[in-house]
Amino acid sequence: MIGALALLVAPILEASSESKPVTGDAIVVGSIGDASRLLPILATDSASGDIVGLLFNGLLKYNERLEIVGDLAEAWSVSEDGLTLTFTLRPNVRWHDGAPVNAADVRFTYEKLVDPSVRTPFSSGYELIESVDVLDARTVRIRYREPFAPALESWMMGLIPKHLLEGQDVNTTPLLRKPVGHGPYRFVRWKTGELIELHANPDYFEHRPSIDRYVYRIIPDTATLFLELLTRGVDLTSLTPLQYARQAQNPRIERAYQKFRYPSFGFTYLGYNLQDARFKDVRVRRAISHAIDTQAILNGVLYGLGSRATGPYPKESWAYDPSVTPEPFDPKMATVLLAQAGWEDRDGDGWLDRNGQPFRFTILTNQGNEVRRQVAELVQQHLKAVGIDVRIKVIEWSTFVHEFIDKRRFEAVLLGWNLSRDPDLYDLFHSSKTKEGEYNFVGYANPEVDRLLEEGRRQFDRQQRRRIYQQVHRRLAEDQPYTFLFVSDALPIVSSRFRNVVATPIGIGHNFIDWYVPREEQRYRALLQP
Amino acid sequence: MALYLLRRLIGMVPVLFLITLISFGIMHLAPGKPTDAAMAFNPKASLEARQRMEALYGLDQPLAVQYQQWLRRLVRWDFGRSFLDDRPVGEKIAERLPITLTINLASLALILLIAIPLGVVAAVRPGGLFDRLTTVLVFIGYSMPSFWLALLCLVWFGVALRWLPISGLHSLDYESFGLIRRALDTAWHLMLPISIAAFTGLAGLSRYMRSSMVEVLRQDYIRTARAKGLSERRVLFHHGLRNGLLPIITLLGLSLPDVIGGAVIAETIFSIPGMGRLLYEAVMARDYPVVMALVTIGALLTLIGNLLADLAYAYADPRIRTGAEPR
Repeated sequence: MIGALALLVAPILEASSESKPVTGDAIVVGSIGDASRLLPILATDSASGDIVGLLFNGLLKYNERLEIVGDLAEAWSVSEDGLTLTFTLRPNVRWHDGAPVNAADVRFTYEKLVDPSVRTPFSSGYELIESVDVLDARTVRIRYREPFAPALESWMMGLIPKHLLEGQDVNTTPLLRKPVGHGPYRFVRWKTGELIELHANPDYFEHRPSIDRYVYRIIPDTATLFLELLTRGVDLTSLTPLQYARQAQNPRIERAYQKFRYPSFGFTYLGYNLQDARFKDVRVRRAISHAIDTQAILNGVLYGLGSRATGPYPKESWAYDPSVTPEPFDPKMATVLLAQAGWEDRDGDGWLDRNGQPFRFTILTNQGNEVRRQVAELVQQHLKAVGIDVRIKVIEWSTFVHEFIDKRRFEAVLLGWNLSRDPDLYDLFHSSKTKEGEYNFVGYANPEVDRLLEEGRRQFDRQQRRRIYQQVHRRLAEDQPYTFLFVSDALPIVSSRFRNVVATPIGIGHNFIDWYVPREEQRYRALLQP
Repeated sequence: MALYLLRRLIGMVPVLFLITLISFGIMHLAPGKPTDAAMAFNPKASLEARQRMEALYGLDQPLAVQYQQWLRRLVRWDFGRSFLDDRPVGEKIAERLPITLTINLASLALILLIAIPLGVVAAVRPGGLFDRLTTVLVFIGYSMPSFWLALLCLVWFGVALRWLPISGLHSLDYESFGLIRRALDTAWHLMLPISIAAFTGLAGLSRYMRSSMVEVLRQDYIRTARAKGLSERRVLFHHGLRNGLLPIITLLGLSLPDVIGGAVIAETIFSIPGMGRLLYEAVMARDYPVVMALVTIGALLTLIGNLLADLAYAYADPRIRTGAEPR
């Protein structure tokens, strides 16, 4: 009982700092996947991303309020015309082998990112760069061919060590398995498929992290991962909505863990093939949005652990326009709109028809995503109520992408986008991005949105950009190229012996180096002497 | 005999070639590309970047060319590099093999240790109480889904009783342990996976053992042995078992590829990085070099296993050894 009380007040107390942070202990993180390459420019999967994020820093980062601030860069500036970025590195940042981090590393990282022989998927963000000049050991100047605001986010890419990688094949370097970084943790060991271990870097430029050891355990089965929570074998992992809402109500877990919940950056949507004569008509798309009971979907599938989406941005984004309201659930309105578009049940068979054709379409979604399949089934039910006959087809991911999306062989798809924090949506909604393999596969084309998206990329000023992207948000809500369904919540769970854990719009990890465990609660022996 | 061996060995080459050709074809026919995981549907990866990546892995070449390149490397026993992490495939397999071998050999030994006596004793009185009891028991093991049994055991021994660890191969501080403690730690972690594999695998061998013993015990020489006044034990285990083991030898030969193949489901539940997960993950990621290497090794071992079984059979049964050549 006392334990449960302490747990409740812990988040309030930590703000007033109940005790001084102490070093020691280890954190065991449970992940369902293993990492593959521990070099920032080649780290594509989320596990590699987790580890690389602790070993390497970029020039810039997002703070907990989603503002762009300097990380390795002590100071940075954007020229008046938006064509030149200048970064000044912090003094005294060192690689884990003792060599200083300097401007030449920035240039080297850039060269490798755009080197056609390097197998990085991230090159696109650097294509507009004209030159990267090292002005002195700590200053680097980057010139762009045209102003490109998302470039700032691209400089959050971790820097790679020139002195160790020069002359090596980056694709196969041993550093992929034994990385040398400059971040708050240093690499110790990696046993494939089993665990990755990192130790605190005592020379980290902000300050030494309080938690001595970081152990990333690979536990591919979610049921096993949950059993590990019951025995406190894992200190940090993320839960599924079902686990969060039901299974984690277990008193054993309630006592030993703290659950967190914050919106993820991304949304689930029903996308229409706008080449299809039926979906070309905005009234039909709006009618479908009115007919779908999103709240029922949220409650039924996500156990309420999400929020309605009104457009492509979550509430936490500065580009979100609070004046946009979601299409209310209103089947009557849907019927009226459909009738205006010519869809009525003329033959009395219960399904709407036009020119003798019943309104029937197929929603495609990908295999392996239980949430999407269930959402599709609810949408099917809701649309049946207004007389639209929906079929569902669940298809294996690769086939889905290459045979159906790329070739435009779909009527509607149920999918989700995970987006970066920058609100640029050029790739998703600009009318030029409709080639096979590009991402405006619904075929959305609105000259005004095109213009806004172009302008948003050229503009660095946050206030100006907010105005632009809020307009994009409104336009998309009116046009409904997608029915924006919901934003699901990220659901991490952390052992309650860790203090200073706070949920912010950017998640709980932003102040990881400040997490600590009071001496008397530490579970694992310390390896490092302070 | 030597000629027979040579003929069989030469005969293996075209079979192996065909197997690799077919698997290569099937693998590439499956939709999707190795570059999908990192780049498909990633708005940060442009179309051009994806095409360039495919070219870097040689995926833009015609299939025939790709197969030829693969074959050319294979002749030098070089399986290439994994698309997933750019490590040599041989290294990835070598890293996973020891743990899978340990689990499979240990559970096979356990199975033999239990199945042979079980089968022999059951064969003494077919249809008797012991026979019926063991039949029920091994079939429960055989028909029970191993993932379900594994989860039940985890909940019981791991969560409720806290006797055994939930997952993984080693304790966190394993590196700091002495040799004996390391061995004990590993054994502690492997106890459940090995026992479950043994329990669910018991049925086959014990049933074969029983039926072949039933057959053997009806033979005249057994009656003679009993008539000579030999002890029942000597009759069963000396005269009976030697002959009754013949089908088991064949089975063991055929199970050679299983010894290096891992069980995906068990490995996933117990978080063991073995061969089963390596193959599964490679297939899901369309990591052609790893899939092809594992398929080729599996095929090779199957062929060798067949051959070994035939040879061992010939050795154990003098009629085959001295009589006319088989076939």
